[in-house]
Amino acid sequence: MYKIKFIALKELRHIMRDPRSLVIAILMPILMTLLYGYAINLDIKNIKLAVIDFDKTSASSDLIGRFYNSEYFSKATDQVYIDDPEMILKKGQANAVLIIGPGLGEAIQKLKNIQNPANLMIDKYELGLTVDGADANMAAAAGSYSSIIVTQVIKDNLPPGFELPGIRISRQVFYNPDLKSSHFFVPGLIAVILMMISALLTSVTIAREKETGTMEQLLTTPITPRQIIIAKMLPYIGLAILDGIIVLGFGVFHFGVPFIGSTLLLFVFGVIYVITALAIGILISTMVKTQLLAMMGAMIVTVLPAVMLSGFIFEIKNMPMILQIITHIVPARYFILIIRGIMLKGSSIELLWVEGLFLILLTIVLLAVATRRFKLGVD
Amino acid sequence: MPDAVTIEKLTKKFGDFTAVDQISLTVGEGEVFGFLGANGAGKTTAIRMLCGLLLPTSGNGTVGGFDIYRDNEKIKKSIGYMSQKFSLYGDLTAYENLWFYGSVYQLKKKVIKDRINQLSEELGLKEFLHRQAEKLPLGWRQRLALAASVLHRPKILFLDEPTGGVDPIFRRRFWEMLYELADKGTTLFVTTHYMDEAEYCHRISIMHHGRIIELGNPSDLIQKYQQPNLEELFVQLISNRSREAADV
Ligand SMILES: Nc1ncnc2c1ncn2[C@@H]1O[C@H](COP(=O)(O)OP(=O)(O)OP(=O)(O)O)[C@@H](O)[C@H]1O
Ligand SMILES: [Mg+2]
Repeated sequence: MYKIKFIALKELRHIMRDPRSLVIAILMPILMTLLYGYAINLDIKNIKLAVIDFDKTSASSDLIGRFYNSEYFSKATDQVYIDDPEMILKKGQANAVLIIGPGLGEAIQKLKNIQNPANLMIDKYELGLTVDGADANMAAAAGSYSSIIVTQVIKDNLPPGFELPGIRISRQVFYNPDLKSSHFFVPGLIAVILMMISALLTSVTIAREKETGTMEQLLTTPITPRQIIIAKMLPYIGLAILDGIIVLGFGVFHFGVPFIGSTLLLFVFGVIYVITALAIGILISTMVKTQLLAMMGAMIVTVLPAVMLSGFIFEIKNMPMILQIITHIVPARYFILIIRGIMLKGSSIELLWVEGLFLILLTIVLLAVATRRFKLGVD
Repeated sequence: MPDAVTIEKLTKKFGDFTAVDQISLTVGEGEVFGFLGANGAGKTTAIRMLCGLLLPTSGNGTVGGFDIYRDNEKIKKSIGYMSQKFSLYGDLTAYENLWFYGSVYQLKKKVIKDRINQLSEELGLKEFLHRQAEKLPLGWRQRLALAASVLHRPKILFLDEPTGGVDPIFRRRFWEMLYELADKGTTLFVTTHYMDEAEYCHRISIMHHGRIIELGNPSDLIQKYQQPNLEELFVQLISNRSREAADV
């Protein structure tokens, strides 16, 4: 144990002295969080809207104001001169065009003076919305956001005591009530970053000791390979915890991702997950001779599966069968379920034990294989 | 007197290539043994097998009375190894390197401190102690590597070309130190390409293409082959062998 402490301390010294590893360990997670956080923003906002107003009453300007003041729509950037909605969309000046035909002012006035709710259905006034369907998600969103706004206009203009007739759906979304994609992505991002950084740094540090011959020197001393592995892991577990806290901090305080579950539970599973990643790093270092190869190997083996096959971006149940099977050996798959569960749903161990068990199993297997290969490589 | 190193028909093959071919020898305790041979003769490979870094293909061996297959862990406690290639941590200072190796052998802090002081005094390392190892001049790096390999006072010390790239004055000093160690009972197993150094050895072996082709006391060998010095002897033995090989 005593020896392990000294190797771990020495490792810490290497980390502190090598600016590259510090950059990878601290700066990269921050950059990745910001980059992903903004780039993979799937919330549909700021739909560029052009308005063609034939009505030109206070009612129409109120309506336009409501559109532009909502967070969903923004003004089409270019000044729009043409009155042809198709032309506007073709030229890419806007994603959607709202056409307010004459008569809106009148219709609103009728609404205000209404006596009998039955009359509501008699007078019809139609607004036109022309949408660029190239982005199907955006087109659908523009439609539903518009109807929300219009419904609100009607409600606000009805005389007091009147209610809108008809059946309404009272929509309630659990776990991610704002339907924000960052809530979904940040936990996944933590999984990707922890996996990548941990595997990368361990595989490189071991490859470096092989490259410079210090590993050989170390192996002529009474230290056993197992002790070397444990000692090598310790500082990187610490570093990974630090990374986890940084990314989590960004997620919660910058992107406003909720964290309603148990910190302790996340910590425990986080450490297990990091050990899995470290084992992968060690495994890679046993297969390569240089630091460069170790770095590339670690990137390929960890980042690709953690991003593509973990449910981070693509839903696993929509994948081809063969890929679905492969996802079972991707540690990030389990950890993403665990961290999303803990952060967004406040899931407890009763709900997460299956994923937890799989993760632990995977950790044990990888660790055993890595240690074995490490010992063999020594001979 | 028990033997420090015994080797019996030790062999290492890399695929089809036999790097070490059934070598046998014994080295007594406190002996300074010169393990000579041309480039690629198999010296480093043989030493790595003795230090537990490489598994032999066949043959037997003991180091410090311990079997090289079974008692690897015990061997590691009693040996020191200075490899042919500088292999300390370049980003750590000389002092930190020494401290690290001392602590790996579980020496007490006080003991490590005293030994670092004493060794750096003897090796003229004092002023370089707080420089990063990779920034030391070559000769000083070798001194540091020697210091690191003897800090824990091993019973048997394997030195693979310890004086490569070191100036003649320091080489002399280096060998004086080795003799002091041998006087205190340390067994030395040394490879070198400097024949003047080989003459300092109690016994030498000469390796060629993985085999030991001569073994004995340097002056006995010089007499046997009627050569003026070891250098001539070495050149003649190796070139004879090469010619024979070419004739076949
Ligand atoms: N891991 C290995 N795989 C394949 N061949 C190897 C390996 N290690 C050494 N060899 C080969 O074995 C032979 C002996 O190498 P070795 O390093 O033992 O020689 P040496 O006597 O130490 O030479 P030098 O004086 O140059 O240090 C060389 O031909 C070398 O290329
Ligand atoms: Mg050699």
